[in-house]
Amino acid sequence: MVLVAEPKQVVAPGELLAEGDHLLGDNAYKIGTQIFSACIGILEIDGNTVFVVPLKGGYFPRAGDLVGGRIVDIGLSGWSVDIRAPYEAMLPASETPGPRGPRRRDLSSSFDVGDMVLAEVLDFDRTRDPLLTAKGPGLGKVSTGRVVEISAAKIPRLIGRKGSMINMLKQETRCQITVGQNGIVLVWGKSPEDERVAVEAIYMVEREAHTRGLTDRIREMISKSRMVEQVAGTQTA
Amino acid sequence: MNKLPEPKQPEKLIDEKGLRIDGRRLDQLRPLKLEVGLLDKADGSAYIEQGKNKILVAVYGPREAHPKHIAMPERAVIRCRYHMAPFSVDERKSPAPSRREMELSKVIRESLEPVVLTDLYPRTTIDVFIEVLQSDGGSRCAGITAASLALADAGIPMKELVAACAVGKIQGKMALDLSDAEDKYGDADLPVALVPNMGLVTLLQMDGNLTTAEFEQGLSMAMEACKTIHSMQRETLKKKYATIKDAVEEREEPEIVA
Repeated sequence: MVLVAEPKQVVAPGELLAEGDHLLGDNAYKIGTQIFSACIGILEIDGNTVFVVPLKGGYFPRAGDLVGGRIVDIGLSGWSVDIRAPYEAMLPASETPGPRGPRRRDLSSSFDVGDMVLAEVLDFDRTRDPLLTAKGPGLGKVSTGRVVEISAAKIPRLIGRKGSMINMLKQETRCQITVGQNGIVLVWGKSPEDERVAVEAIYMVEREAHTRGLTDRIREMISKSRMVEQVAGTQTA
Repeated sequence: MNKLPEPKQPEKLIDEKGLRIDGRRLDQLRPLKLEVGLLDKADGSAYIEQGKNKILVAVYGPREAHPKHIAMPERAVIRCRYHMAPFSVDERKSPAPSRREMELSKVIRESLEPVVLTDLYPRTTIDVFIEVLQSDGGSRCAGITAASLALADAGIPMKELVAACAVGKIQGKMALDLSDAEDKYGDADLPVALVPNMGLVTLLQMDGNLTTAEFEQGLSMAMEACKTIHSMQRETLKKKYATIKDAVEEREEPEIVA
């Protein structure tokens, strides 16, 4: 059992990561006893498992994921939703809150083309397109707040270990933040300034996701921009 | 309208000192410059300069397959377009895809397919656009080198980067990485694409005649060169993230010291 590459290091596809009886994790593959990286990312070791956290890449749906999506089409019994995945998702009318049974009225009265919805992936496998549900607390149409779109590969970093990053962001920016696994982040703040700071911080996480000490640097950035705001506020007053 | 004079055939491709027309030794590569992630709209992109070659590659995907009927139920389909800009050669090239471009699109696609983990993304396509801005011989190899970088830059899971390089015969001697003139007036051309870690050759074409001994010598020269190019590819890919890392972590360092 030998680690060839150093953990937390940026690795390229085809790079030898470890040799011996390690377990194979995500984004890695095995030839004989050697484990190689399958994408550009950061090498991580968890116990005996070797895996790579990708630095780039699109969203691939999984059942249970919370996602943000845009309505792209209205059908007879549901909506087509763009969830930034290689597959177009389906949101059936029966999976939206409201009266049950077939609806006579035009579906566009609930969601229209271009609307942003927050939904959960009900079901997805390799043979069928993802199925969404908008039933549940907090799910459904999003008509207020700000939408931030970042790379889906950076979502784990935005959440952080046990939610450390996202909890810090919520606290420091005084905003309510909902993170969709597909890279769509929704921000609601009490003031436009709060929202602006939160959006800026989210982009910063995306840009610097692979660096050390990021949480502290973000906190610093937020408090700095607060100070600037306060100074500007006293000057105008 | 006056036609531009045809570029003259050089008298000698190799001089008395054993150097080639651009001053290289027989086993020397042209200057190589690689870059990744320069296009915002594409999922992944790369740029290569190899000698006078200037090639830009954009990768999109995995994305929904259009038209739907090309989608495969069990894996992603890779589509590849090799295209030469009208201004990339001495005389204007028609922008319509030529026979040669279609062939190159096919062989480049086939040289990339074995490394991409297409079975992870069923019913989708991965589109690779190779745009030759300036051409100088060996552009299919430079295209492969850049395309595999762009695929990796797009975050598409793949087993390994593919590196490619050509060898050829000029004045009866095997020479590495032929330039345009050497390709035109030389005796043979042998483009090779290699997946170094797996020892897999994914492209092997030959134009002209070589003896078995020459072929073997040429192949080993090309494979050596591919390994050199491969290490540059890796470095380029990692450098993109290393520069951001260095820039932001540097600001911290004084605090750690203090």
